[in-house]
Amino acid sequence: MRSTISRLQVIHSLVFSTGPSLWLGMSIVTVQLGQCGNQIGFEVFDALFRDSHCSQGLCSKRENEAYQASCKERFFREEENGVPVARAVLVDMEPKVINQTLSRAARSGRWTYGQHACFCQRQGSGNNWAYGYSVHGPKHEESIMNLIQKEVEKCDSLSGFFIIMSMAGGTGSGLGAFVTQKLQDQYPSSLKMNQIIWPYGTGEVILQNYNSILTLSHLYRSSDALLIHENDAVHKICARRMNIKQISFRDLNQVLAHQLGSVFQPTYSEDGSFHYRRNPLGDLMEHLVPHPEFKMLSVRNIPQMSENSLAYSTFTWAGLLKHLRQMLISSAKMEEGIDWQVQPPSSGLPPLGKMSAHKDPHFNTSIANLVILRGKDVQSANVEGFKDPALYTSWLEPLHAFSTWKTQRAFGKYEKSAALVSNSQLLVKPLDVIVGKAWNMFASKAYVHQYTKFGIEEEDFLDSFTLLEQVVASYGNL
Amino acid sequence: MTQSVVVQVGQCGNQIGCCFWDLALREHAAVNQKGIYDDALSSFFRNVDTRVGGDGSSISKGRISSLKARAVLIDMEEGVVNEILQGPLRDVFDSKQLITDISGSGNNWAVGHKVFGSLYREQILEKLRKSAEQCDCLQCFFVIHSMGGGTGSGLGTFLLKVLEDEFPDVYRFVTAVYPSSEDDVITSPYNSMLAMKELNERADCVLPIDNQSLFDIISKIDLVTSGKLGAAVKPKSLVTTNMGTVTKCPKKPFDAMNNIVANLLLSLTSSARFEGSLNMDLNEISMNLVPFPQLHYLVSSLTPLYTLADVNIPPRRLDQMFSDAFSKNHQLIQADPRHSLYLACALIVRGNVQISDLRRNIERLKPALHFVSWNQEGWKTSLCSVPPVGHSHSLLALANNTCVKPTFMELRERFMRLYRKKAHLHHYLQVDGMEECAFAEAVSSLSALIQEYDELDATKSMPVLDVPRLSVAL
Repeated sequence: MRSTISRLQVIHSLVFSTGPSLWLGMSIVTVQLGQCGNQIGFEVFDALFRDSHCSQGLCSKRENEAYQASCKERFFREEENGVPVARAVLVDMEPKVINQTLSRAARSGRWTYGQHACFCQRQGSGNNWAYGYSVHGPKHEESIMNLIQKEVEKCDSLSGFFIIMSMAGGTGSGLGAFVTQKLQDQYPSSLKMNQIIWPYGTGEVILQNYNSILTLSHLYRSSDALLIHENDAVHKICARRMNIKQISFRDLNQVLAHQLGSVFQPTYSEDGSFHYRRNPLGDLMEHLVPHPEFKMLSVRNIPQMSENSLAYSTFTWAGLLKHLRQMLISSAKMEEGIDWQVQPPSSGLPPLGKMSAHKDPHFNTSIANLVILRGKDVQSANVEGFKDPALYTSWLEPLHAFSTWKTQRAFGKYEKSAALVSNSQLLVKPLDVIVGKAWNMFASKAYVHQYTKFGIEEEDFLDSFTLLEQVVASYGNL
Repeated sequence: MTQSVVVQVGQCGNQIGCCFWDLALREHAAVNQKGIYDDALSSFFRNVDTRVGGDGSSISKGRISSLKARAVLIDMEEGVVNEILQGPLRDVFDSKQLITDISGSGNNWAVGHKVFGSLYREQILEKLRKSAEQCDCLQCFFVIHSMGGGTGSGLGTFLLKVLEDEFPDVYRFVTAVYPSSEDDVITSPYNSMLAMKELNERADCVLPIDNQSLFDIISKIDLVTSGKLGAAVKPKSLVTTNMGTVTKCPKKPFDAMNNIVANLLLSLTSSARFEGSLNMDLNEISMNLVPFPQLHYLVSSLTPLYTLADVNIPPRRLDQMFSDAFSKNHQLIQADPRHSLYLACALIVRGNVQISDLRRNIERLKPALHFVSWNQEGWKTSLCSVPPVGHSHSLLALANNTCVKPTFMELRERFMRLYRKKAHLHHYLQVDGMEECAFAEAVSSLSALIQEYDELDATKSMPVLDVPRLSVAL
């Protein structure tokens, strides 16, 4: 708990620091790692930019300008010829994806990546975590950290780092874990949030389960929060909600970017104020990660439909929030097929340390939740349903377990939209499945020689398994 | 971006190699519209300024001047290599990257391995080092040879030892052509057996091919092209053709078969050379498909074999491509992976195919396939945007599957028939450095391999039980 308290002190000191950009807010430096990280990173910056320049702000011009400026300071910086430059560092061990990403950004004409913001090598990590962590990491540590340092220096005030990576491959996972550790060493007072992509359950990469457990166990020690997206879940959203017939990775990434945008775009700093929040990363950590043993976060958003279908629908806050709450309670990953039978335990607060006898096994207990509301009449939205103590575990006051962020400024073309960032049991089952599969494979020793060849021993595997079994058990016992 | 060097050994190796370079040029010409020497080209080709005399220094960027294959050609007879050097591809090869002799190996592995091995070791090393120096980042050696002869089999496997010693960090992928049962070389079982031991111990990955399977595929294609649909088949799309290449028409009957193998190698490297939404580099092949070091034999299948000139290809045709990849008629060796046990499977998809198509087909086909208990979701997938010439999409499936076992068992059977009677053994034993124990060791090595596959097969019918998990105190 000590580390938590000192972390909170750090956040408070950051929030109340005085500086030239006091009103604009603090910046986030994004590190995009590997094919997945770079492909997604592009979509995220693009989504943020397009939303902030969206004409349908549904609010006053001045308000819109404040929103834009806040987004800009957070994620972009200005270049000489007026084209905004993403505050990002692109890292990959082979050149094809970075080249593609850079040219896509340049072609868009709207924004661009920094000229010297990339680190690239010739040969990839072979889908091997050990290769990314033990070979590429130490070899390229200095170059990569220098690049990050240069980007940090261009921020007036740094909130922290947003690290985008996948778990299944070799670079995002292994090098991502290594870089996160180095960031912790080099910038101990800055926050780190890792955006992690969980691969499809049915293989993209055969080594994905090994790579996943090694990644998660290492990040659990060095990252401040793990924001997790599952390919299976995003795929379903594309298939059922977005009506896309031939779903490509670009489609998945755009849905994901939309979700992230709806979390990270500016919101008012407190109820009734019209100044934008300065430090979303810090605030997010403060609200959602009260205890270092519980750092897995997931995102749900509503409505989940393509912008083209919006013309035919109208929403009420009551309707949206009702659905979102039920999605949370029943562990639904999307807006369709929600199980309305699942209800919170009826006996109110469960006795301390024991699970309520009336608890529905399908019920998803939360540690903390954050609801972000954007759009018309946002002040009238009623979030009382999320304050129900029955939703939460017993060791936090419900008052501290739930928070709301709001802005009147709509997100993209969505007149009303809501996002839920949740620290709850939502990810326990998927994590359990991954650990189980990895364990089965490890028991047969299959592929282990590929890891020991690069310095990751059986003991390292066992350490990872132990840590993750503890995480599964801790979350399971809420 | 990395580079690979192709080492083609023996008659078979060089004939396949020649077809490979032909089709590689065709593929790059179709993709590379601007004539700029790019990373993709550099993986197999050097860009050489022929105006500058001497060595022909490499140009790393800019317009394509003269492309030279990253290849080393080795043969102990002159016929095939000479033909290549006098043919339309002569300018693609660096005349200094050749090693030839005149007497041939007499279909004797011992002659290829021991005699020519020691005779040419220094030269081989020198040529390999030169090729390596010409690469910025050499990732892989592709060795192509047959198993049944003397040069490819003997000298080809000798080469593996040199590669292992001198370039330990560079992958060794071997494309090995196994003799069919009607092979006319009497000693091919000896040669194949002795070569197998080397492949077991020194190759990172082996892609076994057999002539019978290639021949069957050609027969199937001939049936189609001569039948009702014949006119609708796009000629450039045939997996057996070299239409549109430098070589105008297939000169030898083996060319059609060799083109299939050449297409295999092109698809294998496509995702490393060209962009896509889910890339797969060569090191990922070995990493994902080799669960234990000795089990590195990958059965391959290529689909489609041809394309109908049909503008709107509905998803069903696409799905048919996936189904075909698992049928025993599309495998490049006599094997039936559907009815054996998968240890791992890779799907390398090219062209206009998205992740949802891939997933739909995996879900569809998975229930009928048997995967080993510890790798139930043993799929490695990749999506490369660039299709092969003449196709809008294609699929290469690589299976690490116990269905290779029958090939090895048959090989052992044919070997034993000869060995029991000591037939032709003296031809081998009279070679300096060749001992009879080499034969016993080779059989022993193969038997151990077969046993591993046996043990895995035995698990096939057993129920999949989860291993008890670690229990932790909270």
